Amino acid sequence: MNYLQLLQLAAPEAIVVVTALLVLMVGLITGRRDAKPEVALKPDRPASATCSSATTTDSCLLIATLGLTAAIFSVLRLPSQGSIAHGMLVISPLNSLFQVVVLLLAFFSLFLVRAETFLPNKAEYLAMILLATVGLMLLVGSEELLMIFIGLELTGLSLYILTAFAKMNRQSAEAGLKYFLFGSVASAFTLFGLSLIYGLTNTTALSEIGARLTTSPLPLLLVAGIVMTLIGFAFKIAAAPFHLWAPDAYQGAPISTAALIASGSKVASFLVLGKILLRAFGNLPGSAAWHALSAGWQPVLAVLAALSIVVGNLAALAQKNVRRLLAYSAVAQGGYTLLGLIAGGPAGYSATLFYTTIYAITLIGAFGVVGFVRQRTGGDDLSDFAGLRKSSPLLATCMAIFMLSLAGLPPLAGFFGKFYLFKVTMSATPNNGLLWLVILALLGSLISLYYYLIVLKMIFVSESPVAIHPSSFQPFLPRLVVSLLAMFVLLLGILPQNLLARILATLS
Amino acid sequence: MIAWTIYLSLAGAVVVLLSPRTISRWLALATATTGFVVALAAFFARGADFASFTTLVRAPWIPAIGSSFHLAADGISLTMALVTGLTAICAVLFSWKVVERPNEFFFWLLLVVTGSYGVFLSADLFLFFLFYELVIIPKYFLIATWGSTNKEYGAMKLTLYSFFGGALVFIGILAIANTAGSFDLQQLAQFSFAPQLQGWAFPVLFLGFAVLGGIWPLHTWAPTGHVAAPTAGSMLLAGIVMKLGAYGALRVACNLFPSGFHLWSKWIAVFAVIGIVYAAAVALRQSDLKFVIGYSSVSHMGFVLLGLATANALGVAGAVLQMFSHGVIGALLFALAGAVYYRTHTRNLEDLSRMNLARTMPFLTVAFVLASAASMGIPGFSGFAAEITILIGAWKTYPLAVWITGFGMVLVAAFTLRALKKTFFGDDRMPATVEVVSAPNESATLAEKLGASLLIFATLAVGLYPNLLFDRIMPAVETMRFLQR
Amino acid sequence: MAHLIAGLIFLPILGALFVSVAPRHYARAVALGSNLFTALFALMLWAHFDPTTPGLQMVARHVWIPAIGAELHFGIDGLSLLLVLLTSLVFPFALLAQRMDRGFCALMLVMQASLYGVFTAQNFILWFLFYEMSLIPGFLLIKLWGGAKRDWAATKFFLYTFLGSVAMLLSFLGIYFVRGTFDFAELASLGKLGLLQGNIRWLAFAGIFLGLAVKVPLFPFHTWLPDAYEAAPTGASMVLTGTLSKMGVYGFIRLLLPLFPNEMKVVGSWLLGLAVASIIFASLAAWAQRDLKRMVAYLSINHLGYCMLGLFAVSATSTVPPNEAQAALSGVFLQILNHGITAAALFYFVGLLEQRCGTRGLNDFGGLMQRAPLLCGWMSVAMFSSLGLPGLNGFVGEFLIFKGSFALVAGYSAVAVLGLLITAIVFMRAMQALFSGPLSESCGSTPDLSPLERWTVVPVTLLMFAIGIAPQFVTTIFSSTVAHLAQVLG
Repeated sequence: MNYLQLLQLAAPEAIVVVTALLVLMVGLITGRRDAKPEVALKPDRPASATCSSATTTDSCLLIATLGLTAAIFSVLRLPSQGSIAHGMLVISPLNSLFQVVVLLLAFFSLFLVRAETFLPNKAEYLAMILLATVGLMLLVGSEELLMIFIGLELTGLSLYILTAFAKMNRQSAEAGLKYFLFGSVASAFTLFGLSLIYGLTNTTALSEIGARLTTSPLPLLLVAGIVMTLIGFAFKIAAAPFHLWAPDAYQGAPISTAALIASGSKVASFLVLGKILLRAFGNLPGSAAWHALSAGWQPVLAVLAALSIVVGNLAALAQKNVRRLLAYSAVAQGGYTLLGLIAGGPAGYSATLFYTTIYAITLIGAFGVVGFVRQRTGGDDLSDFAGLRKSSPLLATCMAIFMLSLAGLPPLAGFFGKFYLFKVTMSATPNNGLLWLVILALLGSLISLYYYLIVLKMIFVSESPVAIHPSSFQPFLPRLVVSLLAMFVLLLGILPQNLLARILATLS
Repeated sequence: MIAWTIYLSLAGAVVVLLSPRTISRWLALATATTGFVVALAAFFARGADFASFTTLVRAPWIPAIGSSFHLAADGISLTMALVTGLTAICAVLFSWKVVERPNEFFFWLLLVVTGSYGVFLSADLFLFFLFYELVIIPKYFLIATWGSTNKEYGAMKLTLYSFFGGALVFIGILAIANTAGSFDLQQLAQFSFAPQLQGWAFPVLFLGFAVLGGIWPLHTWAPTGHVAAPTAGSMLLAGIVMKLGAYGALRVACNLFPSGFHLWSKWIAVFAVIGIVYAAAVALRQSDLKFVIGYSSVSHMGFVLLGLATANALGVAGAVLQMFSHGVIGALLFALAGAVYYRTHTRNLEDLSRMNLARTMPFLTVAFVLASAASMGIPGFSGFAAEITILIGAWKTYPLAVWITGFGMVLVAAFTLRALKKTFFGDDRMPATVEVVSAPNESATLAEKLGASLLIFATLAVGLYPNLLFDRIMPAVETMRFLQR
Repeated sequence: MAHLIAGLIFLPILGALFVSVAPRHYARAVALGSNLFTALFALMLWAHFDPTTPGLQMVARHVWIPAIGAELHFGIDGLSLLLVLLTSLVFPFALLAQRMDRGFCALMLVMQASLYGVFTAQNFILWFLFYEMSLIPGFLLIKLWGGAKRDWAATKFFLYTFLGSVAMLLSFLGIYFVRGTFDFAELASLGKLGLLQGNIRWLAFAGIFLGLAVKVPLFPFHTWLPDAYEAAPTGASMVLTGTLSKMGVYGFIRLLLPLFPNEMKVVGSWLLGLAVASIIFASLAAWAQRDLKRMVAYLSINHLGYCMLGLFAVSATSTVPPNEAQAALSGVFLQILNHGITAAALFYFVGLLEQRCGTRGLNDFGGLMQRAPLLCGWMSVAMFSSLGLPGLNGFVGEFLIFKGSFALVAGYSAVAVLGLLITAIVFMRAMQALFSGPLSESCGSTPDLSPLERWTVVPVTLLMFAIGIAPQFVTTIFSSTVAHLAQVLG
């Protein structure tokens, strides 16, 4: 394999890296001159204070979006099969599809940057987002333990920085620190778990591991390895009881970062988790059916899912801040998504992937709306959403679509996602063994409907305490993006076949 | 042809939302009327096959889960579509004066109508469930935004109850789909499920539907929701939404799980009878006019459940007739209560009884008298035809239930009479200690007259000549699998 | 000729619609006009009626709701015709009794239609439809235009009757479930052999009995009546007592007796006891009343008690000699007509007095003879008719009833005769209090009968005399029906 071929196969990642560097460069050349760091001291000031660097931001944004677009096209032009460096990076329909998904998610997240009011050095910020995207792409494309870990770390480190990026903001700094501490502990767990598995199987390729791990009963070390790996990923996907960083990160991080954590990072983590579980540990599932419980990773995952659903939904009930509410609801949603992995098989995996994808789209949109509200009112508490319907009917409608999709109501994507997910879970074991998880998830959805409706009630029913000019600052492009996302959510709800069939095709 | 009711209503809803406020009500009326006309034309179509669940449209949709866009209709569906169209028109007419955000209001209203048509015409379980759940959110917004007393609580309670019912239905549907490997109702109607599965899946599914149908003791959303809802909201709730549950129970739960049904039917009868009597007794003690009517809805829906529980063609046909009948009568009662509230700004029976509204609102009075008579089950109105058919059907299986229900009917008459008296015929020759409130002198608008007349005509026409519906319902009911022969 | 019946039922409804759109001042005129037509129809019905055939005539039968065995089945026999004629007579009389506005007239006409329906329908569902159709107008008439305590009275009236009808409905459902038909004739033909078996027949019997006994009313189901009649406006009282209570009697004859002949025999003595109790208690209660209207109301119960006595006497005895049975039944039929006319007339006069003096208390009157001799004269005729003075209509009916019942159930009849005595006392006392003595203050300026009132009273009174002197022209209507019925019950 010569370098040209290598470059061809790794072109998407390369393009994103180059774009990141380019953005950094442009920022360094133009941005430093007119940045106004003192603006950051007044985070509550809803102003276009960074206007002075608007041109810099806009040019960087343009470059970043162009770069991501180019990366998407290059992914589409990749061959359907291939591998780089002896399977370190694998090109397969599945990986390509999700690289596109991750790139799209990053693409949309970029537009939320415009809504940030207190970020210094937007160019650096954008570059970090692009680097995180590279990490996600690597994560998606890897089918090998070491590369998985590299991807995880690249993503993680970029996201830690991004979370704490508004460094003059206490919340942001605190969130960054928490995220970093929890994340590094999780990484340690993952690394330890992966090394145990490597030690037992003497290989790092997932399919090889799968072929070698056929023994039962399980050796104790393997059990430790599996559990530790799972714990590491549980941190990444914010499954209870390893979710504690999530509310702070969602609330404290800049909007676009929070969106990326909730969307891209989650999609990639679920994809990889699925790969590990179904390819590497495919022979040791155990069973989580209530009448036939047996040891394996399924019961562990089932416990994580059940806890996430219960804790996430109950905690979300008490939230007064929309971002925290979204964070706790994300914990619960993570729980639902795990059901597909517990169900296993191509069907279950596809359900998880479908659900996490539409969830990611929905959440970026939701964060977009939160960003607008924050820009307008200076806060993102529930009460700040009062009267949004009057000041911006479009955003209100989009938020309604996002919230209702999250609650799983037709004809939105969340409805079909949940339907498919639960259907697959029900049929996974004979005699409806996983019914208990489905019932739990449905009860969770019932609870979640309550708090999503509370958000909508604020938007549509409650009157705003202060008069808001309908004509306050509303950039066109982000609004377009949010509406586009809402359209996606609606379309995927009515015609889910397009995406689902694609996912299923890549899995077969 | 009848499939167009769904498309037209949906298109109408979107157009109404985007249209200027001034013409939105006209567009809504046009949409509702078109839907009704289409339903009517399909209902009276010559040579239509009312007995079998005939496919109207079938297009591949989500092959990944084996679901297709499949609509079908038989006599039962057509009857329900008819009452949907009727209620929709009258709901629009009785909301003629909505001033606040009218286009949104009519959008949600038409969305409920769309979903209801969809439920009644779906022949694919996934599609069915989609439409079934589609109705939930519009209800929430209709109530929470345009409602009155305690609206946010009422709306939330109703939504959560509906969703809870939906969750139970969902489990049942999953059990069906995973066992039979199909969502197609026509195929499923031929499939025989294992008795063990039926034993647990039937009650789950039935209960899920019955929540929306107002089964005791899960009925409490109904009165609260009705009270909180705006007039049109109550009309839709009583007229259509409660029927969704009953229809689902009949079409899906009972028909797919015959042996599960037979295992549990006596419990359905027990709950139904308790519901009839209990709701009527509670209604007797209410001081809010809409609460009275809300509980009467629960009581009337008890008849539907009792009819289903009888498991013979007569009882089930009676249940379908009662769905139609209560749709019309319930909508009418709520419409009139709403019209009274609009003028007097109170629904408290004691306050109303000081106004002696019969003097100032002659049309509403006459209409309410007729509606009360219909609700009480006076012969000549559709309620009687339906209830007597159910009772005849029930004689065979549950003679005791018939006697208790008869007692319930007296209670129904008692509370209806009480509401009627206090609302319209209160004494203005009161003792001096009681302050006499002058009644607002505002007669019914043309829209209200039109709407009320339409509903009264419907209940009278069906009451005097129930064969109009029976001829369509009976053949369809006779093909149901769960009937005892 | 079946369209005559349809016309009878539809005309008043049409009239009601016309009334509700007619100008306010012409409401009563329109209502009376409609009554003119119905009277014409009723007379034509009489003209085409063949009194020699015992069975149903002018039958019209159409499919209606086959699923539940309901048919549009109309027809008349002697009894039906008698009641149709009575209805056609009482309604114009009642419409003339007082001023009334549009709603009142319209409700009266609706009630009239329902009465025609009840007396001609031959299928239970159809019959029940009309039976219940009278409830709402009755309720509203009392509730809206009634006197003191009208609310309570109207509600009581409605709920009692409704309870009774539901019980009756359920019983018929039970019968339908076993026998598969709601047709009166078919059910009656099954009655002799036992319509139902086992204990269920008693339940069904009790249900139907309750429904009818409330309607008549029979002691102890009568308590709604004095309240309702007292509170109702004059016109409504007249209709209630003159025709509505006949629905119950009609129901007994048409439904209960033919359907449950055997059961009637078993419980016959109890029922006779109830009838006698009605007669005695009601007359005693009337004696105790100080309110004129309430007194007349109780007397109404008393008079219907005679009807019941006659009926039960025939149905309770195991072997009935045909002559006595026919006498008793003819008496009952006559009494139905007489009571309809007389009681309506009494309420009419009480209404007149109330209009003039503004009071109904027996002791508030006195010396009316001085001021309003015509009024007093015609009123006494009605009273004499009611207490059964020979030569007037009341006598013929009661005489025939007692003639029959003494032969059949002598003991009960002997006690019942006491009722006649008490009634006589009640009327004598009333006449004394009203007409003679010193002129009371409240009656100081009582005007005598106006021309319209005179023209109303005279024909009715003449009719009382006519029936009293030559009852044949009435008895021919139902002689063959009576013979047939006696045969069925014997």
